[in-house]
Amino acid sequence: MRDSLDRLAARASDEGLLDVAYATADSPFGPLLLARTRRGLVRVGLPNQDADVLLLDLATRVSPRVLESPAQLDQARRELDLYFEGRLTEFDLPLDWQLSRDFRRRVLRAIARIPYGQTRSYTQMATRAGNERAVRAAGTACGTNPLPLVVPCHRVLRSGGALGGYGGGLPMKEGLLRLEGILDS
Amino acid sequence: MTALPPFQTLIDEHAGDVMAVCRGTVGRSDADDCFQETFIAALRAYPKLQDGGNLRGWLVTIAHRKAIDHHRARGRRAVPVAEVAAVTVTDPEPDGDIWAAVGTLPPKQRAAVTLRYAGDLPHSEIAAALGCSPEAARRSLHEGLKRLRKELA
Repeated sequence: MRDSLDRLAARASDEGLLDVAYATADSPFGPLLLARTRRGLVRVGLPNQDADVLLLDLATRVSPRVLESPAQLDQARRELDLYFEGRLTEFDLPLDWQLSRDFRRRVLRAIARIPYGQTRSYTQMATRAGNERAVRAAGTACGTNPLPLVVPCHRVLRSGGALGGYGGGLPMKEGLLRLEGILDS
Repeated sequence: MTALPPFQTLIDEHAGDVMAVCRGTVGRSDADDCFQETFIAALRAYPKLQDGGNLRGWLVTIAHRKAIDHHRARGRRAVPVAEVAAVTVTDPEPDGDIWAAVGTLPPKQRAAVTLRYAGDLPHSEIAAALGCSPEAARRSLHEGLKRLRKELA
């Protein structure tokens, strides 16, 4: 049966019927869910997020043609592995931004440009996205980031240096900031 | 109307049943082709499916259609050979004898028995898949079972 299923996934991809491919990946914080479209990585699910809920959301908002297909996520998995080992400071993955819109997407694009090992404030991100007063909305954009880790919302802190929140839980945010040398380990 | 779940859910939950229907209708050696054709056709049609309510029945019905396609294609491909090689097929599954006997039934009885017992479809859905009345589906099933009982006695 395993062979049949592998053949099916390969053929679905060849025939252009694989709209969303997903796989799980290990991380020091627990299993991640990775999902991509033909355009690029579309969703990263953190360990504390329910994979079934995320997949149902993808089926509803992107396409119900959602198939588990680990081979399609090889590059993303490799880069994340290197990142967690401290050997990769910049992701080189095509991204599909379709799960965020308008102001939130502008905030996330600005976050994607924060260099490894540095932090910015929510106010700075709101300003970059074109509305310096929309600090709370910038926080929401971080909280609903569909591509955490790769779009490094963990590098956004409150003005004054307080950690703020994190979709994957604060211990994970602290862990990532330690990994990047922003917090002392 | 029920929202469509991720297609992977259909595979996780129903791949075994679809494979059983394929084995029952086209036989073990061609079952994987039937299985692939079924899920590719389902995947192609899936986003336009109106209702995610009875996905299992929908898949089994597609499998049945693919089995018919397979039999037709096979009829066209058939070439006369001088001698048929004697091959003994050993079946590792406990139900092997039964499904081998199912394979010898006339097409309609074979389909009715497979859809009922491998596909677990009710009479009304078997009738829809076979394109006949529920009464005729019931009759095909009954005749098929009678013949099997005799065969396996």
